[in-house]
Amino acid sequence: MNLALEYHRSASRYFTARAVSSTRPGGRLAGTVAAALAPLQLVERANPVPPDESWTRVEPVLSGICGSDLGLLTGRSSPYLGPLTSMPFVLGHEVLGRTLDELPGLPRGTRVVIDPVLRCAARGLPACPACLAGHTCRCDRITTGRLAAGLQTGFCADTGGGWSRRLLAHASQLHAVPDSLADGVAVLVEPLACAVHAVRRVPIPPGASVLVIGAGTVGLLTLLALRKLTTAGEIHVIAKHRHQAQRARELGATQVIGTENTIRALRRSTGALLLEPELGEGYLLGGLDLAFECTGGPTGLSTALRSLRAGGTVVASGMPASGVDLTPLWYRELNLVGAYASAVEEEPSQGDFPAAISLATAAPLEGYVEGKYPLEQWRAAVDHAASAGRLGAIKVVFAPS
Amino acid sequence: MGRPGFVLEVDERTPPLLIHEGDGFRLERLPLGSQVIYPPESLPGIVDLDGAIRRALLHPHGSDPLPRLLRRGMRLTIVFDDLSLPLPPMRTPDVRQRVIEQVLEMAATAGVDDVELIAANSLHRRMTPAELKRTVGERVFRAFHPGHLRNHDAEDPDDLAHLGTTAHGEDVEINRRAAESDLLIYVNITLTAMNGGSKSVTVGLASYASLRHHHNVHTLRHSRSFNDPPNSAMHHSYDRMADLIGGQVPVFTIETTLNNEPFPSALRFLTRREWEWNLTDQASYLAVKRSNELAGPKLRRRIWQATEAPYGVTGVHAGAPSLVHPHTLAAVHRQQLTEVSGQADVAIFGLPYICPYNVNSIMNPILVMSLGLGYFFNLYRGRPIVRQGGVVIFYHPVPHEFHPVHHPSYIDFYELLAETTDPVMLETKYEKQFATDPWYIHLYRTSYAYHGVHPFYMWYWGAHAMQHLSDVIFVGGNRSTTARLGFRAASSLADALELARDTVGADPAITYLHAPPMVLADVR
Repeated sequence: MNLALEYHRSASRYFTARAVSSTRPGGRLAGTVAAALAPLQLVERANPVPPDESWTRVEPVLSGICGSDLGLLTGRSSPYLGPLTSMPFVLGHEVLGRTLDELPGLPRGTRVVIDPVLRCAARGLPACPACLAGHTCRCDRITTGRLAAGLQTGFCADTGGGWSRRLLAHASQLHAVPDSLADGVAVLVEPLACAVHAVRRVPIPPGASVLVIGAGTVGLLTLLALRKLTTAGEIHVIAKHRHQAQRARELGATQVIGTENTIRALRRSTGALLLEPELGEGYLLGGLDLAFECTGGPTGLSTALRSLRAGGTVVASGMPASGVDLTPLWYRELNLVGAYASAVEEEPSQGDFPAAISLATAAPLEGYVEGKYPLEQWRAAVDHAASAGRLGAIKVVFAPS
Repeated sequence: MGRPGFVLEVDERTPPLLIHEGDGFRLERLPLGSQVIYPPESLPGIVDLDGAIRRALLHPHGSDPLPRLLRRGMRLTIVFDDLSLPLPPMRTPDVRQRVIEQVLEMAATAGVDDVELIAANSLHRRMTPAELKRTVGERVFRAFHPGHLRNHDAEDPDDLAHLGTTAHGEDVEINRRAAESDLLIYVNITLTAMNGGSKSVTVGLASYASLRHHHNVHTLRHSRSFNDPPNSAMHHSYDRMADLIGGQVPVFTIETTLNNEPFPSALRFLTRREWEWNLTDQASYLAVKRSNELAGPKLRRRIWQATEAPYGVTGVHAGAPSLVHPHTLAAVHRQQLTEVSGQADVAIFGLPYICPYNVNSIMNPILVMSLGLGYFFNLYRGRPIVRQGGVVIFYHPVPHEFHPVHHPSYIDFYELLAETTDPVMLETKYEKQFATDPWYIHLYRTSYAYHGVHPFYMWYWGAHAMQHLSDVIFVGGNRSTTARLGFRAASSLADALELARDTVGADPAITYLHAPPMVLADVR
C-alpha cells in the first residue's frame, strides 16, 4: 500500500481556513490553521500502476512544501484553479525521487527530479501550439487526454504527488540528477527551474536595476538566476528575516532591505522622487527597471507597482493575490508579466530544468533544506513550513520513505 | 552686574540639581565630590537698544559710518541669520528686526532703491513666511515679501556665484545677488562663540560645493573646539573664505550678543541656582513639572516650541567683520565663560528640547546626537571637559520620531546607521549620494526640508567627541534608538555610572555642565 497525504474537496474547511487566515492573528498562525483545518488526510492508497511503458513509478526521496501548497491548505489560493485539479489528489510537486521502472535512457533506480507540468506529452495528446513552441507551462490541454484534470503532478487524481511513498511520472517529466548533487540541493531544482523561467520571461538589459520582493525559496532562487543568467546591474532584495537577508547577500544582492520603509529605502538607492498621497502608501517617480514579486502577497505586488519607473516591468513569480490597487499599472504604463512553473523550450536541452540542474550544481544552496518530516508528522511539517521564515528555515520537506 | 560663573563641588548640603532631558527636566542628586559648572549670571540687557544700534552703525569698527557707504543707484543686500538663532526664538521684536529697520531707514534716506533681504539659511530648511515675518517684523515683511525678502537657495544654479578658490583649494561659492552687490550687510546674532565672524557669509550664503570644504569629518576632528575659533580648523577655513569674499564684495556686518535669559519668568527656576530657589521657584518647579508630565508628547512639544526667550541684548558691534568679531567674542565670553580646573572622567549634560535645527519641529535622534556630542561636548575652550577616553552621560529620552517635512533625509540617514556609525565611512560612502539626490534637492528648494546632506553634517558635528570618548550613555534613552546611534541607554544615573565603571572605575571624577543657560567651560 501507498501511504499518502490526500487532499479532499471540502468547501466548509476551505472557507473556514480562508476566513481565519485572512485575519491578522490567523495570518500569523497560518501553519496552525492549515494543520487544524486543511482537508488533508493521511491515507493508505493502492499502489499506482503505470498506464504504459512511457510511465514509471517514482519513490520520492524528498518532497518540498511549496508556497502554493500552503496557499491551498490555508484557503488563500484562488478558486480560479479549481477546475485545473481533480479530487482527491495527493499534494507535492517539488519531488526528488528514484524511478522504480525501466524507461528508455532512464534505468530503474535513477535519481530524478520531476517537471510537474502535466502537458500534452504526458496526456497522450498531440502537442498543442503552446507545447509545440516549448511553452509547456502554457499547455491548453491541461484538463483533457488520458489523465484527469490537473495542472501539475500534485494536483491530479491520477498521478499522485510527492507527499506519498509512490507516484507516477511520465518520461517527458523526468530529469536525471547528477550524483554530485546532494539530495538537499536536488529537491530545490523544481523551484529553481521556476526561477529560471521567471527570469527568462522578460528581456533584462545589461545593467538593469531589479527588485526582488521576498527572500524565501522563490525570491532567493530568483536572485540566483538573475545573477547567473543575466547581466542585471543593481539587485535590491526585500527580506523579512535576518537569515534570509544573509543568504541574499551571499547570492549577490546589491542591497537587502527590510519590510519596513521599503519605498523610502528604494527611493534612497535610486534617487527617485517620492510622492505620498493623503491616503495610502507612497510611490516613486523614477525607480527601478524591473521587479520580481516572489511572495504572492498583496503587499509585495503593491510594493512592486509603486517602486518601478514608468514603463517598468513586474514579473509575478509568486501565486498572485487580489486586492491590489492597480492604478500605478495604468498610470505608469507598467508591464505585468506572469511567470508560472517552467518550460521545456523549443530546444529541450536549453529548457528551464536543465538550466536549473546546471545552476544548482554550482550554487551555494547547501543548508536551504532544514526540516525533514515523515508523512505521519504532516501537521508539524505544515506548521513549520508556514513559519519557515520566522523559524530561520528556507525550505521544509517531507522525507516520505 | 551678575555674578561670574563658578564651579560648585557637590557636598552633603548640595540640593538635587536641575537637569534638562528633552521636553522635560528633573532634579538629580549627584555623587559627592562632583563638579558642577554654572554659567555667569545673566548680564543686564542694553536699555536703549535702538540707540545702541544707531551708535554702532554710525561709529563702526574699521569702516566708514553706514550712511556714508550708502548711495543712490547702488545694489544693497541685507542678509540676516535664519531661524536657527537664537534658541529659543527671542521675544519680538527680534533684534534683527530692530537692526534691519534702522539700516533700511538709512538706505531710504540715501535714496537706495535696489534693496534685497535674504535669510542666510544655507542648507537649512527655508523659513516660512510667518517665520520670516516674525524675524524681520511686520513692517519690513509687508514692504519686501515675497519679491525682495526671500530665503537663500543653495541649489539655484542661477543664483550662485563661484568667487574662486582659497590657497588651500577651497571653492568659494555663495549667493549671486549677495556676491554682486555693491554692499553686503550682514545682520547677526552670536549666541555661542562659534557663531558670527567669518562664518556668517561663508556658511549662511554658501552652496554644498563650498560647505563641503569645512563641514567634513577631518575638519571637525581638528576643531578643538569649534567654540574656540583660534583652535578651530573649521574657523580657519571660514577665515580663508571670508578673506576671498571680502576682496570682491564689500561686507558691513552688524553683530549682536545676548544675555543668559532663555526662559520666560514662569520658568525662572530653570536659570537660578538650586540652593537659592525660593518658595515661588519650588512651587513653579512642581507645577510646571507636573503639568508637563500630564501633557501628551505633542502638546508638550507645542508648548515648549512656543516658548519665547526674553533675551536682553548685551552688545551691538558693526563694521568690518574681522574687526567687529573680537568685540563680539569678548561679549560672549563675558556672559558665558566659566573657568574650570582639570578634566573629568565623566561629563554629564542635560540635553534640552531645542537645538538649531528643530525650531518649530521635532528633535529627531540624529539631532539629539548632534546636540550632545556636537554642541554640548564642544562647549569648551582649552581642553574638553572630559578627558580622552572618558565617558559622557546625557539625559534625553531619544524618542524615535522625525518631522517628515523638515527632515526627510534624516529619516533615510537613520537607516544607514544600522550599517555603520563611523563618520568617515558614512562620509565616504554616502555623503555625495545624499547631497546630490534630486528628491532631497527638490524638497529643500520647494518644501521646507533640510538639505539631503544636512544629517551628515550633524553626524560630523560629533566626530571629534566620538573619537575622544570611550562611551556615551543616555539616561532615560530609548534603548532601540540609542543603540542605533551606537550608544547605550541607562534607566538612572546610578545605572549609567555602573555601565561606565569598566571604563572609568568605581570612583570617577564627574563634571556636570549646568546648561542651559549657555556656558562655555574654560578648561585649564
